[in-house]
Amino acid sequence: MTINKAFAGTLESGDIMIQIEPSEEGKLNIELDSTVAYQFGEQIKKVIADTLKELEITSANVKATDKGALDCTIKARVTCAAVRATGKDVWNA
Amino acid sequence: MKDRLRRTMMFVPGNNPSMMTDAYLYGPDSIMLDLEDSVTMAEKDAARLLVHNALKTIDYGNTEMVVRINPLNTPYGKKDVEAVVSAGVNVIRMPKTETAEEVKELEAEIIKVEERLGCVGRTQIMAAIESALGVINAYEIATASKRMMGIALGAEDYTASLKTPRTDEGTELLMARQTIVVASRAAGINCFDTVYSNLNDMDAFRREVEAIKALGFDGKSIINPRQIEVVNEVFAPKQKDIEKALRIKAAIKEAAAKGSGVISLNGKMVDKPVVIRAEHTIELAIASGILREEDL
Repeated sequence: MTINKAFAGTLESGDIMIQIEPSEEGKLNIELDSTVAYQFGEQIKKVIADTLKELEITSANVKATDKGALDCTIKARVTCAAVRATGKDVWNA
Repeated sequence: MKDRLRRTMMFVPGNNPSMMTDAYLYGPDSIMLDLEDSVTMAEKDAARLLVHNALKTIDYGNTEMVVRINPLNTPYGKKDVEAVVSAGVNVIRMPKTETAEEVKELEAEIIKVEERLGCVGRTQIMAAIESALGVINAYEIATASKRMMGIALGAEDYTASLKTPRTDEGTELLMARQTIVVASRAAGINCFDTVYSNLNDMDAFRREVEAIKALGFDGKSIINPRQIEVVNEVFAPKQKDIEKALRIKAAIKEAAAKGSGVISLNGKMVDKPVVIRAEHTIELAIASGILREEDL
């Protein structure tokens, strides 16, 4: 799947900004900057990785700047960035 | 559930995660997540995904969840329907509704998604009436589908369509408000008044809420949690009305115990409209925290 550079989300409290770009290494690299990294860093990375896996994205460089987003927000922002990066929408309509 | 208390419907922008997660803490009767006017065109895709995931994940308790979608004749409308119906939204709010056909068109889109999910009939519809044509067609809109839960006035676009400014007195809205109340009552559904945007003038807001309650509205669209308390206060029944309602309820019980269909109170016959009003008063009193269900 071709991935272009794309981002979604904001830096407001309760949100997360996700930047995606192609990886030359052929794998998923997730770089996380979070205000709650100590407590929830691994969980946030897992939500990002799981969401991308569902969308069949296994190779990309992802930079996530988290401002205390809930899992559902992380999932929404990752999906949005992925849709923008691949041009492949998740809706049938 | 069509029949429930809907005094306040709080607008929350659909692309703001923190407002979306916190909104229910303030206790509005309904929350309306917005995908339309409060979301820029560049962020429609992001807001749609955010609303979809929030509806699927966040426990909003007893709060009714409404989503205002983009019109179906835009590139966003059908995707909005798919995203919110598949996430189990209670009600879809149609913006700028002008004809019954538009409601039927939305219903057809909802059915497509519901059939795929195996949950036909789950999603209700409400229509915002925001133009002269919409007001003229209010009853047809209100009765266009069995899914119709309510109709609401959107005053900004409506006054623009009338070529008149909006005032605090609301003279320019009188006919639209009365038409919407009458149409909704004739159709047996709810009606909601428009938003009041000036948060710095809570006295004028209270006067407007008192006026629309007197006209017969079930509730008001609101834009800020500060407005909830005022609406709930205005809609809370007065002590003497509650006492009368409780006496009527006791009389109904007594008549039922005697096996009589005729209810009388203080020697006067109590007819059906009085009973309906009494039940509504008690429902409001419970919702306002004045009465407890276990005390009945």
